[in-house]
Amino acid sequence: MRQKKHWLLTLYGYLMLLLLLLPLVLVVVTSFGSQAAITFPIKGFTLKWYANILSQPDFVTGFKTSFAVAVTASFLAIVIGTPAVYALTRRGIHHANWFQTVFLSPTLIPEIVIGFALFQSLVIGIKLPLMPVLITGHFLLSVPYVIRMLTARLLLFDQTIEEASWLSGASKIKTFFRVVIPNISGTLLAIFIMCFINSFNNIPITLFLNGPSLTMLPTAILNYLQNNYDPTVSAVSVILMLLTGLMMWLMERMNGLTHVNEHLNQKGQK
Amino acid sequence: MRDRRISVALLLPSLVGIILFLIFPVVQLVLPVIFGVKSNETYFSFLKATYNQQIIFRTIGIAFVTTLGLLVLAFPFAFWIAHQRVKVRKLLSLVILFPMLTNAVVRNFAWILILGRNGLVNTLLMDLHIVNQPVRILYTNTAIVIGLIYLFFPVMVTMLIDSIVSLDQSIDEAAAMSGAGPLTRFFKITLPQLTTSLLTGSILVFAGAMTAYTTPQLLGGNSSLVLSTLLYQQSMTLGDWRAASIVALTLILIALASLSITKVITKRISGGNEV
Repeated sequence: MRQKKHWLLTLYGYLMLLLLLLPLVLVVVTSFGSQAAITFPIKGFTLKWYANILSQPDFVTGFKTSFAVAVTASFLAIVIGTPAVYALTRRGIHHANWFQTVFLSPTLIPEIVIGFALFQSLVIGIKLPLMPVLITGHFLLSVPYVIRMLTARLLLFDQTIEEASWLSGASKIKTFFRVVIPNISGTLLAIFIMCFINSFNNIPITLFLNGPSLTMLPTAILNYLQNNYDPTVSAVSVILMLLTGLMMWLMERMNGLTHVNEHLNQKGQK
Repeated sequence: MRDRRISVALLLPSLVGIILFLIFPVVQLVLPVIFGVKSNETYFSFLKATYNQQIIFRTIGIAFVTTLGLLVLAFPFAFWIAHQRVKVRKLLSLVILFPMLTNAVVRNFAWILILGRNGLVNTLLMDLHIVNQPVRILYTNTAIVIGLIYLFFPVMVTMLIDSIVSLDQSIDEAAAMSGAGPLTRFFKITLPQLTTSLLTGSILVFAGAMTAYTTPQLLGGNSSLVLSTLLYQQSMTLGDWRAASIVALTLILIALASLSITKVITKRISGGNEV
């Protein structure tokens, strides 16, 4: 739909866009300032803060651990969640709504509460080591993305293609791996990226489940920020923004961002 | 019954995972608060403490102002985006998603740079001789509201764009032909069609603002505690797990209440045809 655009609305649109991006641009600018205290306007130009990232062992190990946890949790969520979505969309399950609600329940409970509950009952209660509990927490975060994004995709996927495969003599399992999976691989990759971003960036759950022996990047930055206020944080922020940009670019190539919008919309309705 | 067994096998791993690792721990957390010895007493004494009351009212107030601010700011912006060509609209949707998908530490660090003692705003105010001393903005309720509006802006806008795009244009045209002016048409035709998304968006954002952790932690700190930061402080810093569990239960109730309200609204407006 198009109407005559009002100039005031256009002006407002550009102004908000500017306000939306200005804070992030500011972070980028400050990462190049040569003074240890961040002031405006910045003085000089240096790349030493980027080099300083590497001399912070917590940032380096934190990045590695966060990366590994995010990959593991996203992978687990897809492997465990995909069969469930397939069953719900294809096999005429009774009380499918009830199952949906259970699978989406990680979005119903505030993250900070999930973190506290996991810490209390799994770490303190049955004395599980931190790492598996941390992965469990991030897995729980990822499941709803798999359920929502994949349900949307499978409902659009033409079931007659599967039937054709069955009629040609392929078993249901073979059909699933040779026909269904290749057709939804783009969506699966988009889901993986979305879960990865969410897990990699998570703070509320991670905060309860990291420790001296288990450093995660976001909480490491948080700790650093409590004692220092220098452009190292700006520099590491720029790296994280580049990572986010890369992920979004990949996802856009999978046409997956449309699914993200869908996810946001459903959040309010379910 | 082989068929049924396969369905169970497909559903079971996710089901067990969520029940065992989410529902069970959460139930274990809240049950003692509800049914424990003298649990009513502890809950009410928690609510009676002036300090806690202050935090509860602050949390509600911040969420309320955030939601109101978002409605005012996001609505015209969503209108602007919805009226762009499809390609531009897609690009803009990407741009506004970027801050939301960026790490919360990064997002809030940006606001610390802007609102802090030696931040951008204070530097500008002092250079222009509007103030002589830095104004305290960071670690106040205002800072939290700003951070939360920044966080939820993309959510609200995305929710509104879709329903604005799918507005039934013919009704508007019919009203125009019947002689209704632009203002009348906006309030009598356009706005009623958007009520559902405005309401659901508001509730979603309100609940999100009440339960968000990282933003109030970084921009409010200990001088402006809200329920979520109180939960972390009570449990990990002070080691008072009983108080922390009470806060956790309160947060769960808030989240569940907002969900039920959203369900009722969508059901009522879509005439009981909710999917």
